[in-house]
Amino acid sequence: MNKTVNPKDLTLDDDNGPLYAAHKKVYPQSVSGTFRRIKWSLMAICLGVYYFLPFVRWNRGLGAPSQAVLIDLPNGRFYFFFIELWPQEVYYFTGLLIVAAVALFLMNSVGGRIWCGYLCPQTVWTDLFYAVERLVEGDRRERMKKDKSSDPLKLERISEIVLKHSIWLMIAWWTGGAWVLYFNDAPTLVKELVTFQGPMIAYVWIGILTATTYLLAGYMREQVCTYMCPWPRIQAALTDEWALNVTYRYDRGEKRTSVKKAAELRALGEQVGDCVDCYQCVAVCPTGIDIRNGPQMECIQCGLCIDACDNVMTKIGRPKRLIGYDNDINIHRRQEGKAPIYRIVRPRTIVYSAIIAAIGGFMVYTLATRRLLDVNVLHDRNPVAVKLSDGSIRNAYTVRLLNKSGYDRAIAIDVEGPANPTMHVVGVDSVTPDRPIIVIPRDSTSELRLLVTAPAENNPEKSIPVRFHVMDIGLGVAASAVDNFVAP
Amino acid sequence: MTDHHSDIDSVSGKSTTGHEWDGIKELNTPLPRWWVISFYLTIIWSIGYWIVYPAWPLISSNTTGMFGYSSRADVAVELANLEKIRGDKMAALGVASLADIEKDPALLALARAKGKTVFGDNCAPCHGSGAAGAKGYPNLNDDDWLWGGTLDQIMQTIQFGARSGHAKTHEGQMLAFGKDGVLKADEIVTVANYVRSLSGLSTRNGFDAAKGEKIFAENCVACHGDGGKGNLEMGAPNLTDKIWLYGSDEAALIETISQGRAGVMPAWEGRLDPATIKAMAVYVHSLGGGK
Repeated sequence: MNKTVNPKDLTLDDDNGPLYAAHKKVYPQSVSGTFRRIKWSLMAICLGVYYFLPFVRWNRGLGAPSQAVLIDLPNGRFYFFFIELWPQEVYYFTGLLIVAAVALFLMNSVGGRIWCGYLCPQTVWTDLFYAVERLVEGDRRERMKKDKSSDPLKLERISEIVLKHSIWLMIAWWTGGAWVLYFNDAPTLVKELVTFQGPMIAYVWIGILTATTYLLAGYMREQVCTYMCPWPRIQAALTDEWALNVTYRYDRGEKRTSVKKAAELRALGEQVGDCVDCYQCVAVCPTGIDIRNGPQMECIQCGLCIDACDNVMTKIGRPKRLIGYDNDINIHRRQEGKAPIYRIVRPRTIVYSAIIAAIGGFMVYTLATRRLLDVNVLHDRNPVAVKLSDGSIRNAYTVRLLNKSGYDRAIAIDVEGPANPTMHVVGVDSVTPDRPIIVIPRDSTSELRLLVTAPAENNPEKSIPVRFHVMDIGLGVAASAVDNFVAP
Repeated sequence: MTDHHSDIDSVSGKSTTGHEWDGIKELNTPLPRWWVISFYLTIIWSIGYWIVYPAWPLISSNTTGMFGYSSRADVAVELANLEKIRGDKMAALGVASLADIEKDPALLALARAKGKTVFGDNCAPCHGSGAAGAKGYPNLNDDDWLWGGTLDQIMQTIQFGARSGHAKTHEGQMLAFGKDGVLKADEIVTVANYVRSLSGLSTRNGFDAAKGEKIFAENCVACHGDGGKGNLEMGAPNLTDKIWLYGSDEAALIETISQGRAGVMPAWEGRLDPATIKAMAVYVHSLGGGK
């Protein structure tokens, strides 16, 4: 505390310096290779699915939406090809989210943050925006030069900037546009949108998502991953020493030297590293880090530095994968002259896979066996029971029948509890008085007021359980619900 | 004012504000420009807000803004819309016959919903919120009706009430046989036991059934009918069933016969519009006891 520090000794790099680091713009260089090809393919698939899925049709019969994937908020329905979910079945989404989370853990334990590097929307859109930038303004060096130039703007440069932002905004607009199509019939909504007849909320959402896409992919870029996203922090707790992260093999790379000097030293039989300090791995990095400093929080495991380094190694005639998906265990094994081992199957990955299989299997099972006909019963609270003039006891119930199938159903209601009960559904003149038959339209619910009367000679002395059986008289599908029959 | 931009702090290399305390100079670290611009924009925005919306209180009123906006006007518009939406549906309710309302699931649901609300506001104080009634106030869930349990009869009772003073109201009352000296005390006890026997209830030891039947025939049959089956025209209850508005024990019956009974139900015509009364009739009918 009392130690005096000469202010002149302080530098900005010092721990006592400012906590705020100004953002340094990243200019990733174009690169070609295995991982770049994988990234292009995955980008095409992800964007293709996102932009075109709303236009895929699925025939559900007359009167039902014909869109394969549709979130119908006004009617409270979610359609996914052959699946139709009701709001009370939201637990399927919970299951899906659990599976998605554990799948993320599994990916992480196998290949580190490959989700971040290949599939995360932030990465996919940023990659797309970089591609546009490169196409319009040129590669890394040109972009850096153009940004640094203090010359007054020429028409050519202005048109470049305008063109880049126009393309960005179009992509961003289309991103927001595709989003709203998931909530409405896509062809109809597109027609409405272009003729300015669309609902205001659609325009608002397109505006919001245009803005977020443009800002996050055009400006925030790697800062989203480094500063905003919690996943880099969380993943540290979910990884282990066997996970294959993008790794600079310092056992092979050090000491760094030039191509020429390395050749000379090798001729003398000396140990030389393969890294020639060309900085290609840094130049292509979309987060602007040097992978040779070891695993870093900023690294999104995209593998572009692997491609860059492989290209250089091929040119100078050295083996590939000086940078590769690897781990520290293998680096140490190689240093000890042992062969590397890869343990993809290990307790952690087995447990994650088992959780995914268990929850996924359970979800598939419940989905395959879920009731398309169901019944809920609510006993009248006031009065709970009514004595009729002949001394018989009547209880009233609110019965809700749910028909989740795509066709109308004729439902017969049976009651099991008091002996010889009679039933009446208010507003329905049933031809079979003791077994009312109700028609419920497709994909809807019907609320009925059901009166159950126990004859005077069979009056229950106290409250007894009563079971309502509902059955589709055409198909034999049945469901039941339990309540009480109360004596006054 | 000194030109502080030329005053550079030798340690940090930054300019100072020129303020100095005991040799310590304050570095010039202005707020970020985006922050300052946002701040000025909010000020400009607030001025625009004052102009567009009601903002400043005046002595007896307030500034109204460019478009005369008021949240009360918004509410009025929404209420008018609500009335319009309901108007169409309630009009359908007003046109349809009572029987048709019960057969149309949409109209039945509307009538039940409307009827339940109106029942809670107007009828629940006497009949209870579940229409289960109380002593002297009939249970509307059961199948025993003083003035009839068909849709039309229920609607008529709601419209005109019972002993309400309305020109078309239900009339007829239980006389005070004891108070008015028509029957003697022992005769009242006898006929009370006779009435109990009609619905199979126990009778007092030494009860003379023949005498009871004679008193009943002379005094009660006029309203309650032969055998005490009741009469809807008079609102005379059926004495042979299990439902007793004022109680079935001997003391309660003696009180009823001695003091008479004349419960009053107000007429709702004029207080509620016809469509609402219809909805209420359907609601009461659908409670389960309707004929």
